[in-house]
Amino acid sequence: MTSPLQQKLKITGPSVVTANRLADGAVVYRTAEGTWTSDLDSAAVVSTAEAATALLAAAKADGVRAVDVYVAPVKVDGQRVLPANLREAIRLRGPTIDLPITFGI
Amino acid sequence: MYLYDDFDRTLLAERVAEFRGQVARRLSGELNEDEFKSLRLMNGIYLQLHAYMLRIAIPYGTLASDQMRKLAYVARRYDRGYGHFTTRQNIQFNWIKLKDLPDAMADLAASRLHGMQTSGNCVRNITTDQWAGVASDEIEDPRVWAELLRQHLTLHPEFSFLPRKFKIAVSAAAHDRAALAIHDLSLRLYRNGAGESGFEVGVGGGLGRTPFLTKIIKPFLPKRDVLSYVEAVLRLYNQYGRRDNIYKARIKILVHELGAEKFGKEVEAEWQSIKDGALALDPAVIAEIAARFRYPDYERLEDGPANLTAARKADARFATWLNNCVSNHRVPGYAIVTLSLKPVGKPPGDCTADQMDAIAEIADRFSFGEIRVGHEQNLVLPHVAQRDLPEVFAALDAVDVATPNVGLVSDIIACPGLDYCSLANARAIPVAQEISKRFQDLEVARGLGRLHINISGCINACGHHHVGHIGILGVEKNGEEFYQITVGGRADEQAQLGTLIGPAVPYEDVADVVEDIAEAYLALRQQPDELFIDTIKRLGVEPFKERVYATR
Repeated sequence: MTSPLQQKLKITGPSVVTANRLADGAVVYRTAEGTWTSDLDSAAVVSTAEAATALLAAAKADGVRAVDVYVAPVKVDGQRVLPANLREAIRLRGPTIDLPITFGI
Repeated sequence: MYLYDDFDRTLLAERVAEFRGQVARRLSGELNEDEFKSLRLMNGIYLQLHAYMLRIAIPYGTLASDQMRKLAYVARRYDRGYGHFTTRQNIQFNWIKLKDLPDAMADLAASRLHGMQTSGNCVRNITTDQWAGVASDEIEDPRVWAELLRQHLTLHPEFSFLPRKFKIAVSAAAHDRAALAIHDLSLRLYRNGAGESGFEVGVGGGLGRTPFLTKIIKPFLPKRDVLSYVEAVLRLYNQYGRRDNIYKARIKILVHELGAEKFGKEVEAEWQSIKDGALALDPAVIAEIAARFRYPDYERLEDGPANLTAARKADARFATWLNNCVSNHRVPGYAIVTLSLKPVGKPPGDCTADQMDAIAEIADRFSFGEIRVGHEQNLVLPHVAQRDLPEVFAALDAVDVATPNVGLVSDIIACPGLDYCSLANARAIPVAQEISKRFQDLEVARGLGRLHINISGCINACGHHHVGHIGILGVEKNGEEFYQITVGGRADEQAQLGTLIGPAVPYEDVADVVEDIAEAYLALRQQPDELFIDTIKRLGVEPFKERVYATR
């Protein structure tokens, strides 16, 4: 039986690696250059399980800048990279409700 | 108010210093996330969708005005200018930064506030009736017992790594305002036939994936034995609770699988071996704790002062608020005032820093500096002189915490849901907002009478949907938000789990479904004073199911 740790990553379409920034918890995405960005359009988009596994492994190794690292589905529209589900849309854009008071992050 | 001593202050100061070191080591990489996560959770710090969240305990829901001001300060200084009062008499800040947390915790500690045991597998904040000490239907102040338990169980080494979290509620009133039956352990203080007061002990309640109500395992526990008996329950749970499966780790599963009778017998055997030891409460200790709860120096006043009667006649809005938000106090001439944190179209339980400051000021002027937090996500001013009610109404109304919808359809309990929470599958707040807009006509809401709606954004049930008169549970189906609807739940002394009425409905339909259920109730009730929950009890869920699904 395969250990859960050894199970292969499955993806069904274009994906990015995302996490929360350690110091403040802000949502970030892994870039092709091995850095983190809060701009989803600048994220590295992968389309194969092999590429996603490699991107995820490198991101997880960077445990001092980002935490809770995982692979998230996206939609690609020309130069734009868009979240593929509501959870990821809320992570990117913030709550869908008006906040009582909004300050800059 | 309870007066803290040097021991409490030292404990908090040491805890802050310890956490400051832990954060520094995490930020430098000396600690990895696996090592750090349990340390931050022990201080009530979660990582949510967008940021860290700090949960602060408000023991037995009692807040002093200076503490409320400190919460306002923390909201402005470290967060985004607001906080969220929860269903467990806590407050959460949703946008706090890890690097700022040690400073925020130091500021909070200076006002006797902390996040210890608001997370993790330990005994959580001990909750009680938000009217404790002032309710006209209670036999004594239950907070004395909550405080004794708090002191005994804070950082208790034997119970810091339980199989799962453990929630205790205490009440001493005839009417259960503390939702006793949905707690891991409930203590109901009452007087028996011989006139002695003691606790009825229930265990194994809880909602989430597998909802259960408490089972009574000790019909009458003498007060001197409360620490030893709770210790015996925790020992049994610690020893036999399942640690192999997080979904079966709560005490409710243990009690269910073992059977309440057998569990009770095992507790009894353990308790008999320790009850006359160090945990037997000396009356002097009880008296010392009780003496540290300071009550206001009430004036001798009459009920129903002339200015109140005149104001009621002169101002219809005031009269409406008076009828809905003001309750009887045990002291003549005084009243208990509930502050609705459910203005129409706003997130339930949210409170801005400006509102917190204003409420603190109003509490100082009119409620002896004391505020309470209730599990329904509303606040309370517990000691308001009836003659001051017109002024209090004006002051509360000016900061939008005087919506007269307490206990009505728009007084919705809702978890943060997918807008904030990393566990959620669906949103809860926008659903609550839409329902409250549909019922913003207070005449309509009053016509429906007492009707509690509870919304959870996932099966973990932080919005207590199982015990809502109407319960709404968000689920995810193929990437879309759907909502299961239950009816007939209740969290009071007649606690009951709701019954599912049928297939889940899409996000856009939830408010329509609630309107359908409300209309069905209006058509089905026998007379105007038959409450929604009583109509369900009389007729069952079928008529409501038929109404909801007839056209869907």
